[in-house]
Amino acid sequence: MAPILDIKNLYKSYGATEILKDINVAIEPGDFLVLVGPSGCGKSTLLNCIAGLEPISGGAIHINGKDMTDVSPKDRDIAMVFQSYALYPTMTVAKNITFGMKVRGVDAATQAAKLAEVAAQLQIEPLLNRRPGQLSGGQRQRVAMGRALVRDPALFLFDEPLSNLDAKLRVEMRTEIKKLHHNLGASMVYVTHDQIEAMTLATKIVVMKGGVIQQIGTPAEIYNTPANLFVADFMGSPAMNLIPARVQQNGTGHRIEIQRVDAEPLVLEDHRPLNLPGNVIMGLRPEDIAEAGFRAGAEVQEATCLVDMVEPAGADTYVVSQLGGKQVTARLHAETSARAGQPMVMAFDLAKVSYFAPRRVSG
Amino acid sequence: MTDATIHSRPSRSTSSRAGRIALRTLLYVFLIGFALFYLMPLFVMLTTSLKSLDEIRTGSLVALPRDVTFEAWRTAWSGACTGIRCEGLKPYLLNSLMIAIPGVALSTLFGAMNGYVFAQWKFRGANVLFALLLFGCFIPFQVVLLPMARVLGILNLAGTIPGLIFVHTVYGLGFTTLFFRNYYVTIPMELVRAAKIDGAGFFRIFWSIFLPLSLPIIVVTVIWQFTQIWNDFLFGVSFSQAGTQPVTVALNNIVNSTTGVKEYNVDMAAAILAALPTLLVYVVAGKYFIRGLTAGSVKG
Ligand SMILES: Nc1ncnc2c1ncn2[C@@H]1O[C@H](COP(=O)(O)OP(=O)(O)O)[C@@H](O)[C@H]1O
Ligand SMILES: [Mg+2]
Repeated sequence: MAPILDIKNLYKSYGATEILKDINVAIEPGDFLVLVGPSGCGKSTLLNCIAGLEPISGGAIHINGKDMTDVSPKDRDIAMVFQSYALYPTMTVAKNITFGMKVRGVDAATQAAKLAEVAAQLQIEPLLNRRPGQLSGGQRQRVAMGRALVRDPALFLFDEPLSNLDAKLRVEMRTEIKKLHHNLGASMVYVTHDQIEAMTLATKIVVMKGGVIQQIGTPAEIYNTPANLFVADFMGSPAMNLIPARVQQNGTGHRIEIQRVDAEPLVLEDHRPLNLPGNVIMGLRPEDIAEAGFRAGAEVQEATCLVDMVEPAGADTYVVSQLGGKQVTARLHAETSARAGQPMVMAFDLAKVSYFAPRRVSG
Repeated sequence: MTDATIHSRPSRSTSSRAGRIALRTLLYVFLIGFALFYLMPLFVMLTTSLKSLDEIRTGSLVALPRDVTFEAWRTAWSGACTGIRCEGLKPYLLNSLMIAIPGVALSTLFGAMNGYVFAQWKFRGANVLFALLLFGCFIPFQVVLLPMARVLGILNLAGTIPGLIFVHTVYGLGFTTLFFRNYYVTIPMELVRAAKIDGAGFFRIFWSIFLPLSLPIIVVTVIWQFTQIWNDFLFGVSFSQAGTQPVTVALNNIVNSTTGVKEYNVDMAAAILAALPTLLVYVVAGKYFIRGLTAGSVKG
C-alpha cells in the first residue's frame, strides 16, 4: 500500500536558524503517528509544514501519493485540531463545524446531514447553537474535533489537543481519540510532549530532539530498545535507569561490573553475544529490577543491594538504591519487605538490558 | 488583621470613619466645582442663543433668558451669512456629513484591513512599513498641505467634496490602522490557520471571522475618526471652495464676516449646531468607546 504521508529529507529554517533537519517519515493508511519530544524541539513546526501552514526550506511532502510540497493548506486533504482549539468566536458551534463546507460551496442539505452525523458521533447535539465562549474546555475540544471530522480528510493533524485540559479530562479524551481512530480507521499525526500520551495512542512514534529525529518505531520498540540515551531517558515514567558500568569479555558473553560506594562492585553476567566496549551505560527499566523470588527468567540474576529509600505508590512500591553513582529505581510489588537503610536481595533481568555508549564529557 | 484592629480600637475606627467622610465630601466639592467650571461655557452658549439681541445687550452674561426665542437658531440654521451667501449653516452641515460619513467609513474599513494584515499576515518589511505608517499619525498636517494640494490637483479633485473625503481617508489611516492592528494582535494566530485549512482565503477570513469580532474597536475608530473629520478646520479651509466648505469653516465665516452688529445669539446657536453631531456620537456610543479602549484579547 502506498504511504498516506511520506516526508523526504525535510529541512525547515527560520532565517539562519535551522529548526528541522533532514526529517524522513512515512506512515501507512490507518497509522496513528505520534511526534513526541521536549518543548521547543520542532514538533509543531513539523506539523505546520505537513499542513502547508509553513513553507519548507528543503525536501518534499507527499500526502496520499500526491506531491503536496507546494500545495496550499486547503488543497492538501487534511484537517487540523489546534492546541488553542482556534474556534471562530463569533460563530455558533454549528457554524464552526460547517464553515469549511460553506466556504467550499457544499450544498445546505449535505452540510446539515454531515453536521448531524458528526454532532451525534461526538455527542455535542445540545451545544450546536452555543458560541465557543459559552463552552467548557472539554466541550471546545469536542467542537474542534468535530470541525476536523466533518472534513473527512485523508490525514488528521493534531497539535497537542489535550494539553489545555485538566488531568482527568485529558485521560478521558485520550481514550476517546483512540476509540475514534479505531472506529474511523483514519490516518493521524499527533503532536505531544507527553510520553505517556504517545505510548497509549500511537501505532508509530517519532521521538524528536532539537529538530532531529532520534528514533522511529512502534511504542514497544521505542520502549524496549531505545536507540540512544535521550530516547531511553525521555520515554517511560519513572525513567529508565542509566547506570555506568565496566565491561569485560567473558567467553561469548560479558561480565558487567558496577561500582558501589562502601561495598564490593556489583557483578552481573550478560550471556547475549553482543559487541560491547569497555565502558558502557547500562539501561534497565525499573520494572526489570524486582525483589528476589518475584521474577523468573533465564537471565534473572540476584544481588544484594542497600536500600536508600522506599516510595510506596499504591499498586507498586519504588525502591531506590545507589549503583554506579546513580539513583537506581526498582519497581517492586506493594507488599515488599524492603526497608530504607536495610540490605535486600534484588533480581536484575539481564535479558532486558540496553547498552549505550557513555556520553562524552565535554570540556 | 484589619478586623482585629477595628475591634480593639473602636474610638480610632470612629474617628477614621469621620475622616473618610470629610475626605469624600471634599472630593465631591472639588469634582462638582470642576464640572461646573467646564459646563459654564456651554451654559452661557445655550442661554445666549435663546435670548434676543436686545436682551443680550442689556442683561447679564450668566442670566437666564427672560423671553425664550428660537429666532437665533432659525437664523443660524438657514439665514446667517457666510460671506456673500446667506443660507445659514444648513448646506455646510450637509457638506460636513457628506465628507464625514464616507471619510469615516473608508478610513475605518481600510484601517481594519491594514491592521488585519499587519497583525496576522506577517510579510517582509512589515515592521518598517508599520513604523512609517505610525509616523503618519504624528506628522504635523501643515507640512502636507502643499503636496496634498498638488495631488488633489492632479487627481482633479481640488475643491471638491470627494477631494476632502480622500484627504481625510489618507490622513486617518495612521490611527485607524494602529487601532485595528493592536486589537488584532491579541487574536491567536491559530484562528487564521484554522480558517486557511477550512479553505477560506484572505478576504473571506477578514469578512467572516475578523470583522464580526471587531465591534468594540470599530466603535472606537468611528468615534475617533468622526470627531477628527468633523472638527477639522485646516484641511477644510485649505481644500474647499465656495459651496463645498465643511461646517467648521462656515462657522468661522459666520462669526467673522458679520457686518454691523455682532449677533452673539446667532453665533452661539451656530456653534452649538456645529458641535451637536460629535456630541451625539459620544452620547450614543460613548459607553462602547470606553469598553473598546480597554477591550483585551478575544477568547476563542
Ligand atoms: N515563526 C518563528 N520564527 C522563528 N523561530 C520559530 C518560529 N516558530 C517557532 N520557532 C522556533 O522553532 C523551534 C521549534 O518550535 P515548535 O515547533 O513550536 O516546538 P514544539 O512544538 O516542539 O514545542 C523553537 O525553538 C521556536 O523558538
Ligand atoms: Mg508545539
